[in-house]
Amino acid sequence: MGKTYEAGVKDYRETYWQPDYVPLDSDILACFKITPQPGVDREEAAAAVTAESSTGTWTTVWTDLLTDMDYYRGRAYRIEDVPGDDTCFYAFIAYPIDLFEESSVVNVLTSLVGNVFGFKAIRALRLEDIRFPLAYIKTCNGPPHGIQVERDKMNKYGRPLLGCTIKPKLGLSAKNYGRAVYECLRGGLDFTKDDENVNSQPFMRWRDRFLFVQDAIETAQAETGERKGHYLNVTAPSPEEMYERAEFAKELGTPIIMHDFLTGGFCANTGLARWCHKNGVLLHIHRAMHAVVDRNPHHGIHFRVLCKTLRLSGGDHLHSGTVVGKLEGDRAATLGWVDLMRESFIPEDRSRGIFFDQDWGSMPGVMPVASGGIHVWHMPSLVSIFGDDSVLQFGGGTLGHPWGNAAGAAANRIALEACVDARNRGVDVEREGKAILTQAATYSPELKIALETWKEIKFEFDTVDKLDNVNR
Amino acid sequence: MAEIQDYKSSPKFETFSYLPEMTADQTRAHIAYLIQQGWNPSIEHVEPNRAFNYYWYMWKLPMFGEQSVDRVMAELEACHREYPTHHVRLIGYDNYSQSQGMSFVVYRGRQV
Repeated sequence: MGKTYEAGVKDYRETYWQPDYVPLDSDILACFKITPQPGVDREEAAAAVTAESSTGTWTTVWTDLLTDMDYYRGRAYRIEDVPGDDTCFYAFIAYPIDLFEESSVVNVLTSLVGNVFGFKAIRALRLEDIRFPLAYIKTCNGPPHGIQVERDKMNKYGRPLLGCTIKPKLGLSAKNYGRAVYECLRGGLDFTKDDENVNSQPFMRWRDRFLFVQDAIETAQAETGERKGHYLNVTAPSPEEMYERAEFAKELGTPIIMHDFLTGGFCANTGLARWCHKNGVLLHIHRAMHAVVDRNPHHGIHFRVLCKTLRLSGGDHLHSGTVVGKLEGDRAATLGWVDLMRESFIPEDRSRGIFFDQDWGSMPGVMPVASGGIHVWHMPSLVSIFGDDSVLQFGGGTLGHPWGNAAGAAANRIALEACVDARNRGVDVEREGKAILTQAATYSPELKIALETWKEIKFEFDTVDKLDNVNR
Repeated sequence: MAEIQDYKSSPKFETFSYLPEMTADQTRAHIAYLIQQGWNPSIEHVEPNRAFNYYWYMWKLPMFGEQSVDRVMAELEACHREYPTHHVRLIGYDNYSQSQGMSFVVYRGRQV
């Protein structure tokens, strides 16, 4: 029997709060942290968020009755306290899979973090986690190659990869820039990287940079006998220019290019990831703007959600934070999202901030990139925290070496290999770190001077965005 | 400038090639690690001037399921005896990740 139409405003809870709902395997699930305005109760706030992020609007409309709203509406099905914080609560919401276009993280985000974030009844709102059902994941292309293919292409096994971002970030000419790349690669790094804001400025146009950098790569490969790469940043003002740069990079035979997925946007990123898959070019992803979105504990999108959406959109590398360097990142939470990048199945684990089981099926993994204020003294911790499937990037920690980039690169490579060697032989690398590095420095003057140069530099500030169970 | 040292490039061969050549005991520890990880040992060798190629000569077949450090060590030595000028590397095939869990040169070859 059909329903009858009654105009007017109903409480959201009547339609969108359904505590007895058992989510389907095919539902997209979301966990929001909601800080309601005073006087708005939890169920109503959760239901309002559900409505605004799925089918609803503020008033009843007659056209609702032309469709099967019970099939399409989202449902808030659980509410939980946030440990140590009374101002907010977690709301768990289930969305039917047919609310979303296949293979479109753009569409998922437009719904889940769209209008609802400006909703007046809510003081603040944060998307903490999303569970993507396998049925949805199977519609997405994901990383163009993934960790295993990258290792095979680059011929790197049994250790983390080593990188370095070329500095100064801005202002070098293309030829001088290529020199800095060459010195790093011949010294023992696997990769160097364009900084995120190196695009195509007046001081160095992209085509000139690509040509000199490719020469640097090839020369260093010939000299060392090892495979090398440089993340050529193809982030551009428009998709047409982005593809033009990517095509040129491919013509040069370069192994890896780079994109900034948040400033460039998910539409561009997904397109570029598909292009990379089609053309056999690895894709490194930078995350400029992420802290604007993910750092406030009460508002925005948690980084673990950005990791998941990037894995779906596509990228072979993604910056993950370092835990130990100059940039934000709590250890347990970082390990949580690192797993979300590279593992196949990640179980719910609140102690690491993971709210849902996540099954990626056969989707390739993304290599986490640790970068920002790290130097040789951090190597033992980094090897312990990140394991082999990671890229460790030492910018200042390579270029700032008193004898130059090549010596700095060699120092890092030796420190890395010494730590991996010790780990394989059963040594507790984090505890014995100092002894391992000191011993390695006995046969490497480059490492010895690096250890002396950065002895006292640490970045011991408290993390702003902690896991909720360690707040206060 | 006097305190700055010149950096001299030399041919390398990926993982552990920046460390001094391993002692037999060190190699044995790595073999034990490989076995403990559940990987399958395999040995390859090549003339140093062809080392950049992905594919080296396979020494016999991968030693699937091998649990003895001694037997792996003996095969490495046998390969080295037969090809004393070649690089000889040890690989740990990880059939779950469908990749190599480890790979490093045990005996460093020399140009002839």
